[in-house]
Amino acid sequence: MKTTTFSKTRIVSLAVLAVIFVVLALLPTITEGYWITRISDYMRYATLTVAWVIFSGPSGYMSLATAAFYGLGFYIAAIANGPVPFVGVIIIAGIASFVVALGIGALTLRLRGVYFTMFTFAVVLLINSAVLEVERLVTGTRGRFVETETQAAAYYAMFAVVVITLLSAYLIRRSRHGLALQSIGEYEEAAAHSGINVVRTKVLIFATSSVFMAMAGAIIATRRTYIDPGIAFNMTTSFLPVLMAMFGGMGSLFGPVIGAVVFTELGDQLLTKFPDLYMLIFGLVLILAITFMPNGILGLGQQIWRRMRGGRRAPA
Amino acid sequence: MHLLEGEGVTKHFGGLAAVSDVDFYVDKGEILGLIGPNGAGKTTLFNLISAALKPTTGKITFNGRDITSLPAFKIRRLGIARTFQTVKIFPHVPVLRNVMVGALFGTGRRISSREAQKKAEEALGFVDLLSLKDLLAGDLTLANQKRLEVARALASDPQLMLLDELMAGLTATEVTEAMGDVRRLRDRGVTVIMIEHVMQAIMNTSDRIVVLDYGKKIAEGTPAEVAANEKVIEVYLGEECDVAS
Amino acid sequence: MVVVRDIIITGLLLGGIFALVSVGFSLQYGVGRVLNVSHGEFIMVGSFITFWLLGSANINPLVSMVVSGVFVFAIGWFLYATLFRRLMDTSPSLEAFEGKSMLAAFGLLYVVQNLARIIWGSQTQNVIFLNRTVTAAEIPLNRLVALGVVVVISVLFYLFLARTRMGKAIRASGQDPTTAGLMGVNIHGVLAICFGLGLGMAGVAGSLISTVYAINTSMGLQYTVIAMIVVVLGGLGSVTGAMIGGLILGVVSQLVTYFQPTMTFIAYYAIFIVLLLVRPKGIMGK
Repeated sequence: MKTTTFSKTRIVSLAVLAVIFVVLALLPTITEGYWITRISDYMRYATLTVAWVIFSGPSGYMSLATAAFYGLGFYIAAIANGPVPFVGVIIIAGIASFVVALGIGALTLRLRGVYFTMFTFAVVLLINSAVLEVERLVTGTRGRFVETETQAAAYYAMFAVVVITLLSAYLIRRSRHGLALQSIGEYEEAAAHSGINVVRTKVLIFATSSVFMAMAGAIIATRRTYIDPGIAFNMTTSFLPVLMAMFGGMGSLFGPVIGAVVFTELGDQLLTKFPDLYMLIFGLVLILAITFMPNGILGLGQQIWRRMRGGRRAPA
Repeated sequence: MHLLEGEGVTKHFGGLAAVSDVDFYVDKGEILGLIGPNGAGKTTLFNLISAALKPTTGKITFNGRDITSLPAFKIRRLGIARTFQTVKIFPHVPVLRNVMVGALFGTGRRISSREAQKKAEEALGFVDLLSLKDLLAGDLTLANQKRLEVARALASDPQLMLLDELMAGLTATEVTEAMGDVRRLRDRGVTVIMIEHVMQAIMNTSDRIVVLDYGKKIAEGTPAEVAANEKVIEVYLGEECDVAS
Repeated sequence: MVVVRDIIITGLLLGGIFALVSVGFSLQYGVGRVLNVSHGEFIMVGSFITFWLLGSANINPLVSMVVSGVFVFAIGWFLYATLFRRLMDTSPSLEAFEGKSMLAAFGLLYVVQNLARIIWGSQTQNVIFLNRTVTAAEIPLNRLVALGVVVVISVLFYLFLARTRMGKAIRASGQDPTTAGLMGVNIHGVLAICFGLGLGMAGVAGSLISTVYAINTSMGLQYTVIAMIVVVLGGLGSVTGAMIGGLILGVVSQLVTYFQPTMTFIAYYAIFIVLLLVRPKGIMGK
């Protein structure tokens, strides 16, 4: 849809991306253990954050349901992995999540945005209780065991998912559906009057974004032997992508990735030493980011860059 | 058969009747002017036609088809496009893509992005904004933003366009240009209903006029007939005379 | 028969607590336009202040209720006057403000919850208060007292909104902030007080809850969700609706708990979904 410009910066960035891609793809052959886990962690949160931005970025509808879809992936893996091959499990998790998100979307996206936010907030706790109760009735236990996968298998799966997520984010953004969603976010009434089926667009893109969240969940679950609703459906999983996207910036494709890497790393460093303190700090950072850096760090960087170059004033 | 017809259209907000039992019609190729004092219900009537609001009672038909309960996007796809009194363009989207939204989604038929781009450029050419096509819409002047809205509405080749106070805030020269634009729209085959306060403009451009006051239709006819109508004169006595008239 | 009476009393008490919690939430969103997802955390704070005051200085929970209320009110007022005021000043539209303030509240959730965890730990605690039963009828005294407090607060609050100047200013600001401003109402002052009041009610509710139920630093989230459901049930923006909705949900909750305690939260789920499907406007919604 857009004409491509072959500027120098573009070629350089593409080259850098290609190098990163190759390095990441070959990582398990170069090293193992520590770095694999660390990069897997980055990729997990990058997936969640980029997926969250796919819908909530352009539309302005803040979904707090990330944890629900992620946890759904956990449970699909717990139920199906073993008898069903790993790849199948991941795909089923995506499909199941799509269907659930269609339901949530159809229920709430035809109403004002505040209903959507409240329901997605509530749905994490509610799905937690629902699964607890179902498990109590069906298996009599609280949690489940998961058939695990090797570190390398999980790594490659996560790598594939993060690449697919980024690719999808890129394609959606440039497609007519991305334009439709952006129009909805800019002025929903005018978008409807331009012929856009607003509810359908929102629901479909929301459901699409949930697919990647569930896939990430399914993969991570296979690196644990035991899961329960508390582990799977944790509000923090809904919170972190928001923090990462706010910090990294929602306007670009890789802003969310940067936010994800920064905070995953920060979190890992602090987690063992100060578990309560680090979440407190993250909460503070989110408040500060919203107050002082509404365009995220990349946006802030762009502003500073423009000012230094003395160019045109950045658009409002 | 009238192109658009409304029978007994009524809209209540709580106890207040914003539009009260209004019958109206517009024929293909006409320019219909909709006038009345502030708060008379003109924009509300547009909102009822374009489905921004649902009528409390009454029926609206387009090409013989009942469109009263259709949602806004379907009404657009059937061929009724509108502009807004407070301009509602997409500010952080480039001008060309603003218009492409209208082209891509306004017809309900699937068109390729290449074709959509062509139609968008053509619509921009019609309103003389083609040179600004890569600017962000929010960076345009108000007058240009209004033109952009017209282009976005035009990009899907609508049969009927509802123009809401297109000329508000324009200088005398710009008003004359806008009047010409409306006539060119009609020459293109688009039927137009326009709400205006700039009396000279609407009296000179419209084929027929409908006058609303407190939600009721108080007069209808050619500009000459309406201008001579006693009730209309009464309603406008005490209203500030517009600079352009 | 005793069972029915117990269900009704506890149902009304729970309903009253839910109403208190939800009215506070409704004030913050309906008037202040802040979807405060951290509301429940301030309930938790009220609970733990009461616990701490009782444990360290043997202060009567009834007194702590006032202390919690005032303390949390002050926090709320301060937060609005600084953080949310600044967000409002830098937001191009009301929608933008609503989005930003909700996210800021999300951050606040983690700040408050973890601050509490650092101070008071993660264990479940109990406030021992009036644990005896009223001998003749065998109703736990603390529940009766709590119910009484809820009734008093509700009446006081209703009178405040209906009769006092500030109450009217709040109602006016909620309906039409621009006109209210033009009429001489100090909008930002009123909004800050309103937000503080809403949050203060959470503090008081938390204090009350601690006398009747066990508490822990993770209890906040569930109350926030309950507040949301009640506010949708009663009608977004309607304070009376929040009161009615709270009572209804409380009684329903108690009924479900009697038959199957583990289904209580699922019952909330079901009510929420049905509401959104059939009547999102709620009972008193416009």
